[in-house]
Amino acid sequence: MVEFNGWDMPVEYPATIGCGIINEHMAVRTGVGIFDVSHMGDIRLAGPQALAAVQHISMNDASRLSIGQAQYSALLYPEGTFVDDVIVHRLAEDEYLLVINAGTREKDFSWVRGNTGQFNCAVENLSDDYTQIAIQGPKGVNLLQKLTDADLSAVKFYWVTHGTVCGLKNVLMGRTGYTAEDGFEIYIPSDEETSARVWYEILDAGKEFGAVPCGLGARNTLRLEGKLPLYGHEISDTINVWEAGLDRFCKMEKREFVGKAALEKAKAAGVKRTLVGLEMTDRGIARDGYKVLDSTGGEMGYVTSGSPAPFLKKNIALAYVPVESGAIGTGLKVEIRGQGVGAVVVPTPFYKRPKKSS
Amino acid sequence: MSYPTDRKYTKEHEWIQVNGNSATVGITDYAQESLGDIVFVETPKVGAEVTAGKTFGTVESVKAVSDLFAPASGTVTEVNGELATSPEKVNKDAHGSWMVKLTLKNPSELDGLLSAADYEKFVAEEAGH
Repeated sequence: MVEFNGWDMPVEYPATIGCGIINEHMAVRTGVGIFDVSHMGDIRLAGPQALAAVQHISMNDASRLSIGQAQYSALLYPEGTFVDDVIVHRLAEDEYLLVINAGTREKDFSWVRGNTGQFNCAVENLSDDYTQIAIQGPKGVNLLQKLTDADLSAVKFYWVTHGTVCGLKNVLMGRTGYTAEDGFEIYIPSDEETSARVWYEILDAGKEFGAVPCGLGARNTLRLEGKLPLYGHEISDTINVWEAGLDRFCKMEKREFVGKAALEKAKAAGVKRTLVGLEMTDRGIARDGYKVLDSTGGEMGYVTSGSPAPFLKKNIALAYVPVESGAIGTGLKVEIRGQGVGAVVVPTPFYKRPKKSS
Repeated sequence: MSYPTDRKYTKEHEWIQVNGNSATVGITDYAQESLGDIVFVETPKVGAEVTAGKTFGTVESVKAVSDLFAPASGTVTEVNGELATSPEKVNKDAHGSWMVKLTLKNPSELDGLLSAADYEKFVAEEAGH
């Protein structure tokens, strides 16, 4: 167990129950894995101007969301850099749920409150009200279907539904996740008795699919293979949307949103650095914070996240490098314990889940 | 787990098995369990000098990098090449997976190391039992 942004969380579960980072990672890629992600935060915006409020603070276009639909987005500072990334869910006509990172719960809530005062909508911090459990992998839908009366086959990826789960009424279920796999995240009452009961019922229902509980270690390797950003690494308050390569989630055609003006200026000035995917070509594992070297051995960039990739069986990393060094196929070096170790820029995401027929 | 008595142990969780003036070094079962899945082992080249108590390589799990500390001083005579391609062998059998062989510079250094019984006690305390 480790301390993670104020939470006591497992890096991995015991080998004695068939777990460990690699087994957990593979379970999610081939079957299903279960994560307790209650550390994530939840902010609800509700009221006649809830959409306007969301549009003001979120860079993606929430007006495209039908009721029951969700989208990936980010909250930006006026400088066009990141407060946090977020999944915006439209739960009802004038009701939106933002699911945010654990480490930024208080900061995000203050930010959202502080930047939506001018809109007629209520902003509530519901983070402690929910236990959030992620059921991730190709068999995730099969597992959850055993526990709910809702027809999950009707829920497309990045849509949500409500239904009875493990006897609990009106539980929000989102077909979302942070693993680059299909799967669901469910939000249940946060009291310990309910949370423990549902957790064990999920694991039990998952036995036939080889379900295992998964910790932070696998969570990180899974999201890294899928090139999903982690706040404080690929995105932060010193990195802008263009550098992070999140253009497609940033709708500059919106009339206004916090950060838009700075992003326009940054684009006009030309983006200097870019986030690239690296694959190690020499023996060695690039890790968070390691330097990326130019051909003279000088520092030209840094690794934001790096690790062995259990499914791909390669050592991969994401790194910021100068734009001119970011072309696919560029060879460069990562400094590992004083030595430059060879790597190459590769396309991302490193892993894309196979298309299912439905 | 009862630790083999044919070798000595360090508080950094290495073992050293002596045969005359040469020794074989690896990490203990407690170490491999704490590390989790081992994905990378880095050892010095044949001919390198190692110094007791100083780092001589690293062992990496998915999550973390851990230093290897030399139990005794000497010159590296052999390196286990299997661990370059199959580092997971250390997880499967830590006491049977040697990492380096040394010619010892100062065999009396071993007097200060832990016996199997002492190491078991040490590990029990570390694990908080």
